[in-house]
Amino acid sequence: MKTPENLLYSKSHEWADIDGDTAVIGITDFAQELLGDITFVELPAVGDTVAAGAEMGSIESVKAASELYAPVSGEVIAVNEALEDAPEKVNESAFEDGWLIKVRISGEPKDLLSATEYAELAASEDH
Amino acid sequence: MKTVFAQSVPGRTACLPPMPEERAEAFIPANLLRGKRPALPEMSELDVVRHFSRLSRLNYGVDSNFYPLGSCTMKYNPKFTENVAALPGFANLHPLLPQIKSAGLYTQGALEVMYESERLLCEVTGMHAFTLHPMAGAHGELTGAMLIAAYHKDKGNKKTKVICPDSAHGTNPASAALAGFEVVNIESKDGLIDPAALDAVLDDEVAALMMTCPNTLGLFEKHLPEIVEKLRKVDALLYYDGANLNAIMGKMRVGDVGFDVVHLNLHKTFATPHGGGGPGSGPVGVSERLEPYLPISRVDKLRDGRFFLNYDYPKSIGFMAPFYGNFGVVLKAYAYILRLGGEGLKRVSEYAVLNANYMRKLLEEHMHIPYNRICMHEFVASACDQQAACGVRALDIAKALLDKGYHAPTIYFPLIVKECMMYEPTETESKETMDAFVQDLIEILESAKTDPVALQDAPVTMPVRRLDETKAARSMILIDPA
Repeated sequence: MKTPENLLYSKSHEWADIDGDTAVIGITDFAQELLGDITFVELPAVGDTVAAGAEMGSIESVKAASELYAPVSGEVIAVNEALEDAPEKVNESAFEDGWLIKVRISGEPKDLLSATEYAELAASEDH
Repeated sequence: MKTVFAQSVPGRTACLPPMPEERAEAFIPANLLRGKRPALPEMSELDVVRHFSRLSRLNYGVDSNFYPLGSCTMKYNPKFTENVAALPGFANLHPLLPQIKSAGLYTQGALEVMYESERLLCEVTGMHAFTLHPMAGAHGELTGAMLIAAYHKDKGNKKTKVICPDSAHGTNPASAALAGFEVVNIESKDGLIDPAALDAVLDDEVAALMMTCPNTLGLFEKHLPEIVEKLRKVDALLYYDGANLNAIMGKMRVGDVGFDVVHLNLHKTFATPHGGGGPGSGPVGVSERLEPYLPISRVDKLRDGRFFLNYDYPKSIGFMAPFYGNFGVVLKAYAYILRLGGEGLKRVSEYAVLNANYMRKLLEEHMHIPYNRICMHEFVASACDQQAACGVRALDIAKALLDKGYHAPTIYFPLIVKECMMYEPTETESKETMDAFVQDLIEILESAKTDPVALQDAPVTMPVRRLDETKAARSMILIDPA
């Protein structure tokens, strides 16, 4: 299971790549593995605001439909439109090509986990 | 196998039309004649008989073999209920008959069945009143959520939220959302509702908590009395998803425990056939304080003993279904309840629970059972050990069971258990059937160790091989391959 060191993680299995006042958001490799083949991703639109810990969209796989939660608060400045036709990118490349949205962060990100902390959390759930 | 359309041969026919086409054209006004001929297949009677006989052999039903589909309660339905539903006095009634002046005379029997069914369901559940209108379980949930909304609105309560635990049925949050509520999820602890998690989200805006008990793990929610007390404090109502009632009949009456709304699945608990989209029946029972809001019409009894449909309930939420619900299903459930009686229904629950526990014990050495304790009418096992050891997943095991001649159990539900397989033997299965099934299942699990690839290839004996579920979900294009 991959957990890149440079990212921050939420307990609900999203990652955030924070660079100054923007952040790219996706779901973790652990999450995509658990969900199985992703068939559909529903994302907010550019201009929408998302709130840390609140629902920002949903993701469907052959097994289940699940909510997506925003790891940070802010305004959506880009969405990964490639996922509309190729949701499998989330499976193939959860941390890169399978990114979900990019936001301009408002407020200080909090309650996020480091790569080590997240790896521990994932291991404890992987029973 | 060709579709009926692909088998069509121009001019071939199975019946004589009541009149030749030219004659019809002569006396049906031109503006009422269709412009284009209907694209009906043209076949002989023999073609039709063979086609549908072939199809029926491809079908799998509980009449052919074991169907341990957890959460769905695919039990055997005794055939006498079919005989009752086929009685001409019931089967030939037109649903508009009660609306015709003075025709009430011909519907007294049907109305009495509905009236008495409501009373029997009140007796089984301890609720104050019932409506038989909802056509299925989820429709009952929606009716219940609307009753909850009507109650709070009438009292002037500002309520916006409904709490749904993750161990409840998946339709609960959808029903609450459809009725206009915001859904608040709470995580379960040790397979049960966690009172502390409930405290964390409980406030004055909570309209209700929707519970499935026993829950989808087949476990009884043992914090129930504490939960009832917490909800009462904020005038929130307690909703009981009765889809699993077949585990507790005669053991607990939900009305006595303090539930305000309950829906039952007559097509599961009270032995009427279901699957493939119906027909179902999801009656809703309520406590006294919710009775004024029940849907109309309601069957009432006059002093002289006659029954009539009463529409005069000003606080009613209105119509939830055309006519009076799925009358035929209600009729079968009514016959079933009367035939079994109170003692019989209690035994249904005892056998359902005993069978699930028997199968759980047979299997516990061979599959991981995450909440391995005395369960109710179903239990959840996990193929996580098989996946870790030999890459065989719940899906592979389910497909291999098809090759052994069984219907697969429910897989990947509930979501809180990984590689989940949910077994529900139901009370109608014998020890011999369960023994044979578990033996076949163990054989599959053993073969996973030596030849996992064969399992990943299953099924091999079915009319079609392993279907590409991902492709089916990603590119939904329906075509007739012929």
